[in-house]
Amino acid sequence: MLSTLKRRVGEVLLPGDEFSYDGDDTISLTEPVRPEKVLCGPGLRRSGDRLLVCKSGVLRHKQPNVFWMDCQQKRYVHAKGETVIGIVTVKSGDVFKVDFGGSEQASLSYLAFEGATKRNRPNVQVGDLVFAQFIVANKDMEPELACIGSSGRANGMGVFGGGGLLFRVSLGLVRRLLSPHSEVRSDLEQLFPCELVIGMNGRLWVRSSSVHQTLVIANLLQSCESMTPLQRRELFTRVQQGAL
Amino acid sequence: MKDTPLSNCERDFLLKAIQEKKRLDGRQTYDYRKIKITFGTDYGSCFVDLGKTRVMGQVSCELVAPKENRPNEGIMFFNIELSPMASPAFEQGRQSELSVKLNRQLERCLRNSKCIDTESLCVVSGEKVWKIRVDVHLLNHDGNLMDAASIAAISALCHFRRPDVSIQGDEVTVYSQEERDPIPLSIYHMPISVSFSFFQQGTYLLVDPCEREERVMDGLLMIAMNKHREICSIQSSGGIMLLKDQVMRCSKIASVKVSEITELIGKALENDKKARKAGGRCGFAESIPLERITALKMDETPMEMMDVTERANDIVQKAEVPPQMVQSPVVPVPGVGQVGQGLQNTWGLEEEEDEEEEDENEGSDNSAEEQEGRVSPMEEEKYEKEERDGGDVVEISDSEEEEVVILHPEKPDKAPKNTESSLHQKASNKKRQ
Repeated sequence: MLSTLKRRVGEVLLPGDEFSYDGDDTISLTEPVRPEKVLCGPGLRRSGDRLLVCKSGVLRHKQPNVFWMDCQQKRYVHAKGETVIGIVTVKSGDVFKVDFGGSEQASLSYLAFEGATKRNRPNVQVGDLVFAQFIVANKDMEPELACIGSSGRANGMGVFGGGGLLFRVSLGLVRRLLSPHSEVRSDLEQLFPCELVIGMNGRLWVRSSSVHQTLVIANLLQSCESMTPLQRRELFTRVQQGAL
Repeated sequence: MKDTPLSNCERDFLLKAIQEKKRLDGRQTYDYRKIKITFGTDYGSCFVDLGKTRVMGQVSCELVAPKENRPNEGIMFFNIELSPMASPAFEQGRQSELSVKLNRQLERCLRNSKCIDTESLCVVSGEKVWKIRVDVHLLNHDGNLMDAASIAAISALCHFRRPDVSIQGDEVTVYSQEERDPIPLSIYHMPISVSFSFFQQGTYLLVDPCEREERVMDGLLMIAMNKHREICSIQSSGGIMLLKDQVMRCSKIASVKVSEITELIGKALENDKKARKAGGRCGFAESIPLERITALKMDETPMEMMDVTERANDIVQKAEVPPQMVQSPVVPVPGVGQVGQGLQNTWGLEEEEDEEEEDENEGSDNSAEEQEGRVSPMEEEKYEKEERDGGDVVEISDSEEEEVVILHPEKPDKAPKNTESSLHQKASNKKRQ
């Protein structure tokens, strides 16, 4: 199964495609037999001795045995430890309700901010944006957010300052932006100086020196969704030369 | 499901951008988004795209008894459906405030402006009239639903054809599309709604607001107008005070926009008519490619076909004499049951054997072929492909094989066998001819 999986890395697969365990792989008698374990990420599901694809996208691989589907979905399913951009919808007592674009709203305690105590409450209004990470993300429990890490430091999380624009892109583009050597990000860096916050839930927040530049960046990022690297570079250089 | 709330930062940014005369999608203040009108295969159905807003209009008709106070007028019925597909905030099957408002506005725009000759819809006075039903389904919501709905409704009405009827004495005959050409509705003019949104108590004005702009606007003005610059309906909502010259300016802009949109609808209708006359593919339903199974598609494996004959002969010559069948069943261990005759378990080996057989078949076929027609295997393959590609073209031929549509995944090792046999048939047919 490992060999077939490895062979199809980078191919487009559709839900319903499957990999079956073929038993006649030769086992060497001299070398110590190592059981081959495959780690399945999102989009792959085990069913008996078969491996089913349950999301459409491109099969990806990471050494040694990690496989997952890279898909362009827009629907966000929360997971523990992921950082998202949320909108505060309700302020009630000691928790805030935050909309993060998922199936239900998450709760955010007023103590889960850096430097917050019972006396010293953070200044959060309804409609404000928060950048927070999930500390409880469970299908049976209410999701819970926090704006501090385990050490009690903010690590860049918290309530957003004024200005800037919030917009939505697909989750695939978000992951592409967040990857360590993101080409989109490095291309964008050469254009304008700007502040960019990327939430794993597909929300992006941009702030730059003028409204015009912010709009240009937002539209560029939204159009990155369906462009090849070549087209993107061409567009970015055109923008740099002052086409917009 | 509740809609995503609008954050303060979006609101502030939008208002600031509007002050600087900038819009989210780079439009100017008076620009419409891109309008696209496509018609269906049937008469009276059309899709309208207004940027990302997408609306479907569908017109249907039936014979009903007229209203008592208007015995010789047909009935027009409008219905706007807000499905959750358009936006998660819309609920199925419940009349929301928005849908009532849109429905009312559409009725005022199309029925009350008397753009359709309802008297021509009368079949027998006081007994039978045509009821024209216009259904507008919203497929995606990105603002300015009213304009998209009005364009969809009027273009669907223009595209619609009702069945022809004839009256002989008391008898009314409704002819099907094949018997007599259906008749278009008589439309006097085309009212089209144009929306204006106002910000900061009417200081700033935008045409064709998108969804986020609609959320931060203070007031909305909808003007329905036809290309003769006659206002069919005008409605202001949101509770802002407008000055007289603001309304005048809006109506001037509306007249320009309406003439542009009317021209676009006319062009779309003409294109559709031309496509229908030419008998080619028309409408969105026809533009969808034929269904094919791609999930099970396998990669083509290159196969060495050059020396198949020799190899097959080699195998046949070198093969040992098959072992003699054991007549009486042999029981290896007492108490063990057995199905079949030999000792060998042939269950798991079937495929391989098949393949071998195939190989042999191919080999012998090839040799026969070579003697007959001197067609080399490679050429044959090409020929086959051409045959398969040309399957769409209607051809008058004797062979029945052509008409059978085979829906099997491309399997390079099995397919040649099938087509080969048909090839043989063809060849023989040709000879006969």
